Amino acid sequence: MADTNKRKLIGTSFRRVDAVGKVSGRTQFADDLSFPRMVFMKLLRSPLPHAQIVSIDTSAAERAPGVVGVLTGSDVPVPFGILPVSHDEHALCPDKVRFVGDPVAAVAALTEEQAQAALALVRVEWKQLDTIADYDDALDASKDLIHTYGDDHNFHKKVSLRFGDPEAGFKQADLVLEDTMFFDGNTHLPLEQHATIAVPEGDGRVAVWSSTQTPHYLHKALTKVLGLPAPWIRVIALTNGGGFGGKSDPFNHEIAAAKMALNLGRPVKITLTREEVFQCHRGRHPTLMSIRTGFRKDGSMTAQHLKTLLDGGAYGSYGVASTYYTGALQTVTYNLPHYQFDGARVWTNKPPCGPKRGHGTPQPRFALEVQLDKAAHALGLDPAAMRLKQLQPKDSITANWLRVGSMGLGPCIEAVMRGSKWLERRNAMPPGRGLGIACSSYLSGAGLPINWNHMPHSGVQLKLDRSGGVAVFCGQTEIGQGSDSILAACVAEILGISLQEIRLCVADTDLTPVDLGSYSSRVTLMMGNAAVQAAERAREILARAAAEELKLPGANIVFADGRVFDAADPARGMSFAAAVQAAESRYGTIGTTGSYTPPRAPGRYRGAGVGPSPAYSYSACIVEVDVDPATGIVRVPDVWIAHDVGRALNPTLVAGQVEGSIYMGIGEALMEESAFRRLPEKLSSALVHKFPNMLEYKSPTFLDMPRVHTSIIEEPDANGPFGAKEVGQGPLLPVMPAVSNAIFHALGVRMDQVPIHPWMVFKALEEKRRGGVGRYGPKAFPAVDYGASLDVPTPAEGGDGKARNADDIGVRGGTMSETQRQSQEKPC
Amino acid sequence: MLRLPEFSFVAARDIGEACALLAEAPKSTRLLAGGTDLLPNMKRRHQHAQRLVGLRAVANMRGIHGDSEMRVGAMTTLSTITRDAKLQRHWPGFVRAVQSISSPVLRTTGTIGGNLCLDTRCNYYNQSEEWRQAIGGCMKEAGDICWVAPSSPRCWAISASDSAPLLCAIGARVRLVSVRGERVIPVEQLFVDDGIVWLGKSDDEVLTEVLLPPVENTKATYWKLRRRGSIDFPVLGVGAALRMGAHGEVTHARIFLGAVSSAPLRAPESEAALLGQQLTEATVKAAGEAARGVAHALDNTDFTMLWRRQMTAVWVEGALRELGGLPPRAQMPETPLGAPAMSV
Repeated sequence: MADTNKRKLIGTSFRRVDAVGKVSGRTQFADDLSFPRMVFMKLLRSPLPHAQIVSIDTSAAERAPGVVGVLTGSDVPVPFGILPVSHDEHALCPDKVRFVGDPVAAVAALTEEQAQAALALVRVEWKQLDTIADYDDALDASKDLIHTYGDDHNFHKKVSLRFGDPEAGFKQADLVLEDTMFFDGNTHLPLEQHATIAVPEGDGRVAVWSSTQTPHYLHKALTKVLGLPAPWIRVIALTNGGGFGGKSDPFNHEIAAAKMALNLGRPVKITLTREEVFQCHRGRHPTLMSIRTGFRKDGSMTAQHLKTLLDGGAYGSYGVASTYYTGALQTVTYNLPHYQFDGARVWTNKPPCGPKRGHGTPQPRFALEVQLDKAAHALGLDPAAMRLKQLQPKDSITANWLRVGSMGLGPCIEAVMRGSKWLERRNAMPPGRGLGIACSSYLSGAGLPINWNHMPHSGVQLKLDRSGGVAVFCGQTEIGQGSDSILAACVAEILGISLQEIRLCVADTDLTPVDLGSYSSRVTLMMGNAAVQAAERAREILARAAAEELKLPGANIVFADGRVFDAADPARGMSFAAAVQAAESRYGTIGTTGSYTPPRAPGRYRGAGVGPSPAYSYSACIVEVDVDPATGIVRVPDVWIAHDVGRALNPTLVAGQVEGSIYMGIGEALMEESAFRRLPEKLSSALVHKFPNMLEYKSPTFLDMPRVHTSIIEEPDANGPFGAKEVGQGPLLPVMPAVSNAIFHALGVRMDQVPIHPWMVFKALEEKRRGGVGRYGPKAFPAVDYGASLDVPTPAEGGDGKARNADDIGVRGGTMSETQRQSQEKPC
Repeated sequence: MLRLPEFSFVAARDIGEACALLAEAPKSTRLLAGGTDLLPNMKRRHQHAQRLVGLRAVANMRGIHGDSEMRVGAMTTLSTITRDAKLQRHWPGFVRAVQSISSPVLRTTGTIGGNLCLDTRCNYYNQSEEWRQAIGGCMKEAGDICWVAPSSPRCWAISASDSAPLLCAIGARVRLVSVRGERVIPVEQLFVDDGIVWLGKSDDEVLTEVLLPPVENTKATYWKLRRRGSIDFPVLGVGAALRMGAHGEVTHARIFLGAVSSAPLRAPESEAALLGQQLTEATVKAAGEAARGVAHALDNTDFTMLWRRQMTAVWVEGALRELGGLPPRAQMPETPLGAPAMSV
């Protein structure tokens, strides 16, 4: 992977391979597909938040005009889920429903209108259970259980990890701050609603075309629920019209469509409504946090104790990982010698939360960065300079055993300070104006797969044609981020050909090697490395054949501009196609493979699997706000952001991801929230999303966007292809705390909660005028028994990555019981 | 996806035909004046019609006419109004109110008549059929309770028209035509403060045009409160029209609040606080405070009801400061942020 040649594509803003198709409307998304004899499916969803299904009668629906098939829970009794430890979902609920929107029956008809009309004819008799609406309900041991597995009562998962000696750290501190903060839930809001078409293939096989970020995991879930051999099921992920984590789980509608198609012997299509997308959810977990940090006079941290409480909604989803992620990445930006993390996730009767962009890390990052701002204020330090002084060093191991490689946060902070004229302007702002800074870091792919195994996380296969064309096969999924373009460019760069010579075949479980999916910002790094390896292997074969053909044994053969030639005498060479022909003549059909497996992480304690990554990206963000004290309305005129992407494989794509993150971050900071209506308990048990539509769920439009000033910082990482790290998620994280910190700078009020609505600022200002502290945020953190902590000595203490007391604590609950797990497939 | 129910469609060629078609079945027929609100509502099954009568082909319901007393055809699109030079000159406050409606795309289709007759809105009502089933319906649609105020005998869905408070304030009138004849009424009489029966016109009447009064020395403005300056419905609208005497004393004041009840509400105490007074820091503040009690802001829109009530005073004061040439104290959220820029 030596980066010696001049790059032709990598590092340039080459045009995306899917650009023309997308801007001309020719890209086919899942809902654009149509097949002969296709029928349409709709799901009957629960109108109740929590109830037993006493009986279900579909006879009238079966007789309704146009109806060709009806399914209920007994037709698809096998549970599934994205994590092996929480296979707690069903394609159709067999015995109880857990939120408004949980599906109980599927109807297929000749038209979508007929299917919709027939849903009203399904008769369900319910027995209502307690509505678990929020933390208070979930912590109330007298209320009904949502699930029969979990840590205790309505707790899904509890985690407690202690690294080093936090109490000793707090004793060394000159200042100890303790804050309670809240990060509300929000949803992904992809423009494309989920859609699936299942096509039976005549011999008992089925192909499922879907808007999914994770065809590999959908394939596994289908295999399990349908009870078919895996090779009989083909999953094809189409280009997603946005995902952001909302299409990372296998979904009930995908499985129900496949079952219906197999039953009927004809293609079945389902396209969700926007409201159903809100019900699929898997969005940001509402998270209550208690954060206690010790600081020295220079602002450096001595210890931190973080407690989180996640509102998980009705199912497991990625929740166990999400819970760990609310603690895992607190250590990778600034040196933190002692750290305790307690996390817990509760069930509630709401759509399940899961992995939204940033997956579990924006919430504690908000708490950390706002608290750092408070510490800087209390200690009389510049908040930017204070951060610069305590950066986690590159090539180091954190207290919780994460290996940091390249680390460009310093240059990021300096870039945004320069761009915003931080030092010149910060102490000379007009009334109501403020500048706030925050930083963050994110994974370039999770170090461990979801289903534990030793196999590669990404595979790429090349087929070289004698015409000079190169077909590239990879299971990766384009969700708008540009992964198709990066895949093509990595191969084209190594082989010295143009993007026009590349033919992609992606995200097809029948045809492409496994790539785990477009989640955890893993694709560029993992797929990129696999692609580079496959292309280098092809280059080696071609170079050998070309050297023979040119009678230049031992020459330095170069691949560039569609030619293969001698570096010493570029005139002596041949076209790329001729080189393929030379190789094919000698060795037969030319094909190579490449794959990527992340390095082993140093942590050996239970839970050490969440947090490690081959490389961490870094971001710094400065937000300017203009706050109206008469109303509390916050405007954001400008955002400066610098992101350490290791190496920008395509600077325009990188900037696009950064700007998209700012858009989403401004939404999370100022308006987006998964708000629910609990009707008065005396009158109703109802619990519904307050506004499951794109008009009233407030998200910024293009016209509401601030000016964004983007700096790309390049600190190449040895683990990344050409040095590249992630950019899809990291730049979102610092936006929300930077907005809160800027509001404090503008008006002296603290927003310990997001989204920051104008009435919150207004209320805090009123409180301040009356002589109060001027803060809006949660009042208290409830008493949660997190249990005994795993005690893990840090690297500085001479630890070996293992917990001291693992045997005393043993395996905790929070996962499905052994009997439940026996029905699951072997991991792979 | 959400799909429209079946209905029949007739394109009326003139006002007479529209009236005749409407008179055939006034309860089950609806006028299609743009459809940017009606059609989504029909998809969600909370507005119903067996027949829609399209008005786009009715030539004499379109266009902006007259000089001192201008007339705006009910089928004039909102974007036509925002581009009209004479309206910009005479009634810039009206143009601003219309400019603030929804988004550019919807303004090219939506009409002024449609905006005035806009269905009242509520977070318990503007929802899908499934959502409304999950709460057991509400009294505006298939239920018997108002979830905004469960002990209330009435529906509190809000009037969300941006043009209405401004047109009420300037004393505009509307022409209503039916097979029974025609009449001209003040815009404020077009509305009833009831979320379910929110229009004071009969089911068989067609709103054909809006009649604007002579400007004389009236100054009028519209202040709108909403989350996003790019698209949202109002959660509070202030239409204010003033005339001043030789010494700057207010001789005429009409102030109407939108989106805080089921009809635009007049704020007589605010008007009284201004009459005979010059617009000073003290008088505009007093007039703003006097409006606070008028607003019936409830928990059925974006934002909290307490804050919306508090903002009523700020917004009324803001509108009056603008009319009085006093420096602004509050900023409207739609103040442009500037074009997005990128530097790599």
